[in-house]
Amino acid sequence: MTTLTTPEAVCDFVRAHTHVVPRGRGTKPLLIDVMPGATELDLSALRGVLEYDPGEFTFTALAGTPVAEVEALLGQQGQYLPFDPPLAKRGATLGGTVAAGLSGPGRYRYGGVRDFILGVRWVDGRGQLVHGGGKVVKNAAGFDFPKLLVGSLGQLGPIVELTFKVFPRPRAYATYLIEAPTLPIALDVQRRLTAAPLDLEALDLAPGPRGVQVQVRLGGLAESLPARLERLRGLMGEGLVRHGAEDTALWESVREFVWVPAEATLVKVPLTPARIAALEAALEQTSAVRRYSAGGQVAWLSWPHAVDVLDHTLEQLGLSGLAILGPSAPGMPGGLIGVRRSRHAFASRVKAALDPALRFPEV
Amino acid sequence: MSARAFLNDLAAIFPKGRLLTDPSQLAAYESDALTAYRTTPRAVVLPQTVDEVVAAVRACHTHQVPFVARGSGTSLSGGSLPVAEGLVIGLNRLNRILRLDPAERLAVVEPGVINLAVTQAAAPHGLYYAPDPSSQLICTIGGNVAFNSGGAHCLKYGMTSNHVLGIKAVLPDGEVVQLGGESLESVGPDWHGLFVGNEGLFGVAVEVTLRLLPKPESFRTVLAAYRSMQQAGDAVAAVVASGLLPGAMEIMDRLALQAAEAAVHANYPAGAAAVLIVELDGEAQAVEAEFQHLRRLIERTGAYEVRVPTTEAERQTIWKGRRSAFSAVGRLSPDYIVQDGVVPRSKLGQALAEIDALSARHGIRVANVFHAGDGNLHPLILFDGRQPGAHDRAESLAAEIMRLCIRLGGSITGEHGVGMEKRTYMPDLFSPVDLDVMWQLRCVVDDLQIANRGKMFPGGEAPALGHSGPHPLERAGIISRE
Repeated sequence: MTTLTTPEAVCDFVRAHTHVVPRGRGTKPLLIDVMPGATELDLSALRGVLEYDPGEFTFTALAGTPVAEVEALLGQQGQYLPFDPPLAKRGATLGGTVAAGLSGPGRYRYGGVRDFILGVRWVDGRGQLVHGGGKVVKNAAGFDFPKLLVGSLGQLGPIVELTFKVFPRPRAYATYLIEAPTLPIALDVQRRLTAAPLDLEALDLAPGPRGVQVQVRLGGLAESLPARLERLRGLMGEGLVRHGAEDTALWESVREFVWVPAEATLVKVPLTPARIAALEAALEQTSAVRRYSAGGQVAWLSWPHAVDVLDHTLEQLGLSGLAILGPSAPGMPGGLIGVRRSRHAFASRVKAALDPALRFPEV
Repeated sequence: MSARAFLNDLAAIFPKGRLLTDPSQLAAYESDALTAYRTTPRAVVLPQTVDEVVAAVRACHTHQVPFVARGSGTSLSGGSLPVAEGLVIGLNRLNRILRLDPAERLAVVEPGVINLAVTQAAAPHGLYYAPDPSSQLICTIGGNVAFNSGGAHCLKYGMTSNHVLGIKAVLPDGEVVQLGGESLESVGPDWHGLFVGNEGLFGVAVEVTLRLLPKPESFRTVLAAYRSMQQAGDAVAAVVASGLLPGAMEIMDRLALQAAEAAVHANYPAGAAAVLIVELDGEAQAVEAEFQHLRRLIERTGAYEVRVPTTEAERQTIWKGRRSAFSAVGRLSPDYIVQDGVVPRSKLGQALAEIDALSARHGIRVANVFHAGDGNLHPLILFDGRQPGAHDRAESLAAEIMRLCIRLGGSITGEHGVGMEKRTYMPDLFSPVDLDVMWQLRCVVDDLQIANRGKMFPGGEAPALGHSGPHPLERAGIISRE
């Protein structure tokens, strides 16, 4: 394994090796698939914030910069990355977050990592430093390479520098929780909330033994929260309010996946609210722990069994998955399971153009 | 193969009324909203089904004929300018909303669906489609996808690409692919994210899955008039520093205000050097609390007049003036060039001062209307096309403004795209390597480079320069250039 500290050194490294597997700090180990003959490229020393002007709502940083470091810096100016990049406390980097394409519960309010990335520099299969996008919040020039690299899992090359949009952080938060006795009731509450003109920071469903907990987070000026919580009570029924440290702890545990035991596999499954019932039915007989996040747009599964079983289940349901954390699972390059949605002519052409010698992993 | 063989193939796919070859029919397709460029295509086809689009693209590929997919032709960058001897695929008849699912908050639409029609269809469910380019009455979703259209709400809500969930696309050799899906989340590379904004170079989007949002419950708007542009710019900085996130922040300068006043009598404060409009939107109770902060803040920015509309009609009057500013400029000048530069927001004041100086040095009037929240400038360079050389002089001022935006760390286009108009500036924004990688990608996706040939990349085929001036629809006040 090699550690590099400049984008130019990454270029040299890529040119010098036939097969290169980029990695950050390894907080999402199942996404790193080092095949025989491949060389790991450690980007964790390629770190540091290069530009940050709070008045612009943007910053630029090297890809190996830990998310937590950036969040601390933004926090000093009352700003944040609203999509709650997951696993920040464990050391997740900006580059890893983009390459994995992961967003936390806060993506409900303003969008996910794809909606906040503005610019990128990465090293392509020819070992060239390429730049796409820009450093301003609005830009329509050139192909949208920043978006392409979201979820790219290293297969288009190592990301070395990123520019993000940031937003002002809500001054105060509160969370409203209700216990829905059944899944259909929980889904109905969720439907009413997503259809209503409410500005919710997060909207998650957490199925448990006694039903499904509906978790709704509000953010904004402290003086507006009591009335907004009262409105939620009217829409959702009687529930509990979490403020301050309790609110913070709840959502931090969600985005850090502390609820996933070490021996289980954490799997991300994109879906829509209409697909939740079928997935729940398929998982009923298993001891998988589930969380439906961002208004039913993604399922997070803590899967205690062999991953190939889930691979099959998801394929049957027409769903894709990404195995992120847990015991290693051979035969699933890059952690992809279920329906493989990247097997189309556009994908193979983009790969052929950007990595013609297949220097980077094929997933 | 011959042109005759190509046309014969098309005639086997399209009935006579939907295969246009007569010069009088082709004239309507010679240009888009960037009327300075004009080219007559060889033929126009008007498909009504996806299969017909695929067949037309395949015929182009077989006969190696370039094609341009086109919606309503509102591109301000010449993005839908035809290629001489090429085919125009007119998509306006593919205008069905295939599915509207309020529970899933999405709509699946054909590319010829008008932007505003999506919002109209969603409205009974309390939903809307957020991207709102000012041509939304007439521009199509296919064009919005190709050029990643914006609007006045991009800082908070993003551009078209932030609202597209999936795309069924016909690649330039006729292969059909499904990119993305129905979820906001995905695994694997963001293929549909790359496709949006491709300027027609990757093929034709034939089905687009759009995300719908609940219509904001409440809007609170404030209009502030300033004696200097600097004060207005400082006010924007103060709003940004306050931690508020307005849905829209717009500035108009003196010349733009005069035009708007003459056109729609918006009754803006008299004598203003700049007017700032800030609007908060969202959940009523949240907006109400934030608006109190905003008002106090604006009171301290040195505005000589502050107005807060108390009725929806008053609010609409404010916006009507703003929206009409572009077409209204036509009252001040027979012709104008609209630009779409972006600068870092903190450099707005500097950019405007330099534009003022350039305007004075060139002796050409420039009106400024811009999306202050995201640093997107729309300088309107006024000229009279009947005077010899006037257009060229305006172009040379436009070039200097474009380079100014690049120098200040911004971009040559915020929402109009590169198209024909800004191709020559791409090397100022991207390195030779960046451009080469884009070109390699273009060539692998489209092996014959037949999809919208000549756009985005510098040094494409040069079309004939012809007439300049507002688009006929713009003269009629139906579309505007922002």
